[in-house]
Amino acid sequence: MSGVWQRKDLLSLRELSAEEIGQVLSTASVFKEILGRPIKKVPSLQGRTVVNLFIEPSTRTRISFELAAVRLSADVVSLDKETSSIRKGETLQDTARNLEALQAGTIVIRHRSAGAAHFLAQRLKASVINAGDGSHEHPTQGLLDSFTIRERLGRIEGVQVLIIGDIVHSRVARSNLWALTKLGAKVKLAGPSTLLPKEFAELGVEVVHHLDGALEEADVINLLRIQHERQVQARVPSIGEYATLFGLNSERFKRCKPGVLLMHPGPIHRGVEIASELADGANSVILDQVTNGLAVRMAVLYLVSGGKGVGGDS
Amino acid sequence: MSEIFLQGGWVVDPASRRDAKGDVLIRDGKIAEGKPSKEAVVIQAEGLVVAPGLIDPHVHLREPGQSAKETIATGTAAAVAGGFTSVIAMPNTSPVADGPNTIAWMRQRARETGVANVFPTGTISLGQKGEQLAPIGSLRQAGVVAITDDGHCIQSAELMRRALEYARMFDLPVLDHCEDKSLSAGGVMNEGKWSRILGLPAWPGIAEEVIVSRNVLLAELTGARVVCQHMSTAGSVRILREARRRGVPIEGEASPHHLTLTEDRVEGYDTSFKMNPPLRTAADVEELKRGVVDGTIRFLATDHAPHCGYEKEVEFDEAPFGVVGLETALGIYLTELVHSGLMPLRDVVERMSAFPSSYFGLGRGSLAVGAVADVTVIDLARAWTVRKSEFRSLGKNTPFEGRELKGRAILTIVDGKIRHDLDVRAGRS
Amino acid sequence: MADKKLMDGEAVRRAVRRMAHEFSEKHPQGNFALVGIQTRGVPLAHRLAKEFQAIEGGTPLPVGSLDISFHRDDLASNVPVPKGSEVLFDLKDKTVILVDDVLFTGRTIRAALDALCDLGRPRIIQLAVLVDRGHRELPLRPDFVGKNLPTSPQERVRVRLAEVDGEDAVVLEREKA
Repeated sequence: MSGVWQRKDLLSLRELSAEEIGQVLSTASVFKEILGRPIKKVPSLQGRTVVNLFIEPSTRTRISFELAAVRLSADVVSLDKETSSIRKGETLQDTARNLEALQAGTIVIRHRSAGAAHFLAQRLKASVINAGDGSHEHPTQGLLDSFTIRERLGRIEGVQVLIIGDIVHSRVARSNLWALTKLGAKVKLAGPSTLLPKEFAELGVEVVHHLDGALEEADVINLLRIQHERQVQARVPSIGEYATLFGLNSERFKRCKPGVLLMHPGPIHRGVEIASELADGANSVILDQVTNGLAVRMAVLYLVSGGKGVGGDS
Repeated sequence: MSEIFLQGGWVVDPASRRDAKGDVLIRDGKIAEGKPSKEAVVIQAEGLVVAPGLIDPHVHLREPGQSAKETIATGTAAAVAGGFTSVIAMPNTSPVADGPNTIAWMRQRARETGVANVFPTGTISLGQKGEQLAPIGSLRQAGVVAITDDGHCIQSAELMRRALEYARMFDLPVLDHCEDKSLSAGGVMNEGKWSRILGLPAWPGIAEEVIVSRNVLLAELTGARVVCQHMSTAGSVRILREARRRGVPIEGEASPHHLTLTEDRVEGYDTSFKMNPPLRTAADVEELKRGVVDGTIRFLATDHAPHCGYEKEVEFDEAPFGVVGLETALGIYLTELVHSGLMPLRDVVERMSAFPSSYFGLGRGSLAVGAVADVTVIDLARAWTVRKSEFRSLGKNTPFEGRELKGRAILTIVDGKIRHDLDVRAGRS
Repeated sequence: MADKKLMDGEAVRRAVRRMAHEFSEKHPQGNFALVGIQTRGVPLAHRLAKEFQAIEGGTPLPVGSLDISFHRDDLASNVPVPKGSEVLFDLKDKTVILVDDVLFTGRTIRAALDALCDLGRPRIIQLAVLVDRGHRELPLRPDFVGKNLPTSPQERVRVRLAEVDGEDAVVLEREKA
C-alpha cells in the first residue's frame, strides 16, 4: 500500500501538503519504535549511497543524518567544505555532478545560501534533502519539532505554539511555521521588531514584540538559538538586552501553563535564550527533539528513496 | 549612389509630427526627398510601422575586458535584431571607462565591429570607486554622452554634489543607479513577503527612494541634469513626479522587467530573475506604468546586462545581477504599453527615439529630410515567443523565456545600411 | 475474463480449522506463538489462535504482527506505508509460527524472517499460509498449508478476509484484456 508521498526530494515544508507531512510523521513513529529495539537497524537502503554534503558546518545535524542513514543500512559518505573541492573553487554544480557520477542516490545538503537545495534538485536525478539552506528552511527540524509536539501533547491541531527569537534569519522558524500551520496549530512569532519584520504576519501567523500575554497562552514555547551573532548585534543593542526582553527565565516561566513544552533546536546558549534550570527541567523536551530527529530523518531518507516525483517548487 | 525605398508603410515620426501612411526614401545614408531611382532597393512596408531608429539609453556591451559575456559586435547585433539603431554604453568595462583612452578605444572598436551606433558614457568617479572625480572634462572631449558609475551608486552625497556641479559646466547628463548601500546591505531580492518566505537577503525599496530623494535635491541645487536609472518602486515614482512638477531637471528610466515582473518570480531561485534593483511588487509595477504613462518616467531602456551561462548557474545569492533585454524590450513595451491601451504608439516611439536623441544630443531619432537614415520597421501585430536560443547576444540570461509578445522589429537600418531583416524583405519586391 | 472464485467463505473457514488441527498435532502443549505478516496475515493469525483455543482449550496463544516494509528488496518501485510491528512477547527461545495469506515467490517470507530476527532470536520459526500457489524464487517451503492452488505466474491470487475486505474468499484475478 502506498501513501501520498511521491517526491524524490525534500526541499521545504512550505511546498508539502498536510497529508505528506502526516506521512513523514507516521513513518517516523514506526522508526522510533525500531530505535527502541535491541537491533536498531533495518535493511531498507541497502546498496544505496547517501552523501552528506555539509558546505556549512553543523556537527549535530550531520551526525543525526549519518546515524539515520546507517540505521537504514545505507552506505554513508560525509563531506564538508574542507574535504570537498568547493574550497578549491569548484562550483556547487560541479561538486554535485561529481557526486552523482559516483552514483550517490541521496544527497543531504547543508549550505549557507538559501535555495542551494533547490539548485541541486533541479539539476540532479539523485534525491536531495535540504538539511538547512541559509535563512530559508530546515525541513527536518520543522518535522521533528512537529513530531515531538504530537508525541507529547497527542495532537497538533489547535495547539498554541510560541516561537521566540531571531526570526528573520531563522530557517528553523520558517520550517516550523509551515509545518505547524498546515497541521492546524496556532503559531505566534515573538522577537524584537528588528529581527521579526512585519511581513511574517502575511504568512498565516501572529507577530508580537512582547512576551506579555503570549507566554500565558502557549502550549509550546520554541526558543530559537541566537545564531548569527554579528547580524543580530547590528539589529539589537546587545545580547544582554535581548536576554532581558526575550529570554525565558524562571520569573517568566511562572506565568506559563504548568504543562508547557519547552523546545530549543540547540545548541543552547544557557542564560540567553533560556535559563539553565529550565533547559534541564521537567518541561524541557530538548533531548526528545534530538532523539526524534533521528527517527524523522530515517523516515525522510526512506521516503525520498522511493520517490519518483520531480522535486522543486518551480 | 545607394537607395532604399520603404514603400507604403505607416510612418510614425514624432520629431516631424508625421503619423500617416507614406513612403520613406533613403539616399546615401540620409533621409531624402523625391522618387526612387531604378536601382533603389524597394521594401514593401504595407501594414508595417516605419519609425526612426530606436535608441537604448542603458546597455552593457562588456567590451573591453569581458568579451565572454558580450562584445561590441554581438551586443550591437542584438541591438539591431531588437530594433535599436543606437545604444548608450555603460562604462563598467574592464578597464573601467574612466579616462579618454578607453573611450577612444571603444569608439574605434565600435566603428570597426559594431553594426549599430555606440555612444559611450564615462564614469563619475575614478575606477567607479566613489572617492575621487574622474576626468569628466577629458571624457567629454573624448565623446561621452553622459557620465555614470552605473551599478556603483555614489554613496557620498558630497561627491555626488561636486560631480553634478562639475558636469553642469559641460551640460553633461549624470545617470545614477539609485541604491543606498547601507540600506540594501548585500540584499539580492526585494524586501517583502517573498524575501521572508525564501530567506534571501533583502534589498528594500527604501534604499532606492533615499537616493532618488537625494538626487532630486542635488539636481535642484546644482541645476545639473540627472537620470534615475531603472526605477523600481512606487515611492521613487512619487518622489520624481513631485520634483518634475516643480521643474527640477531630473528624469526617470524604466526597464522592461521592472515594468512587467514581480518579486514572486524568484520563488524557484532562478537567477534569470536576479537583477539590480530587484523585482518588486504588483503595486510597484502599477505605479511604474502610471509614471511612464504620465511622463514622470520618460526613458524606456533595457539595462541589457549579459552574463555567461556558467556565471548565472550558481547559488542565487552568489549569481551576478542582471538580465539581457535588447532583443525583447520592444516587444515588451509594445505589448505592455501600446497593445494594452496605456499609451499611443507615437508616444512610445517618441520615448524610444526623438526624446533620448535630443536629451543626449545624439543627432538622430528623426525621419525628416536630411536626417541620418536610422530607421526601424515594426510589425505591430506580429505575435512571437521569446526563445533565448535565438538571441544574437552572447547573454542568454532573460527573465522572459517563453513569453508571448506582440510586436517586433522586422527591419533595422543604421546609417542607410540594412542591419537586420527578419523576413528577408530587401530585394524581394 | 471475469475473476474466478477459488474458495468461498466456507472453504476458507474449513482450511483455517484444518490448519489449527495440524498445529495441535505438531504442538499439543500449545507452547508456541503466532506472528502475522501485515496486512492479511494478522487477522489470519488471530483466527488460527482462536480455532486452536477452541480445540485445545487453555490460555490464548500470544499473537503478534510484523511489518516488513523496511526489509523489502523493491523500495525503488514501491514505498509501502509502514504500520509498525507489534510483538508484545519475548521471542527468545520461542517457537514462532509466521502466518501469511498467500505464499508465492517467497520474497515476503525472506523479508519477514529478517524483520522477525531483528526483534529477537526465536528457537524455531515455522511457516503457515492459507494458500500456496507455487512459483518459488527462494529455497523456502511452508510447514502448514490451507490449500495448494496451482496457478500460472501471470495470474494474481487474492485472499479476501472479512476483517479487511468485508468477506472471506480466495479469488483468481486474470489480467484484464
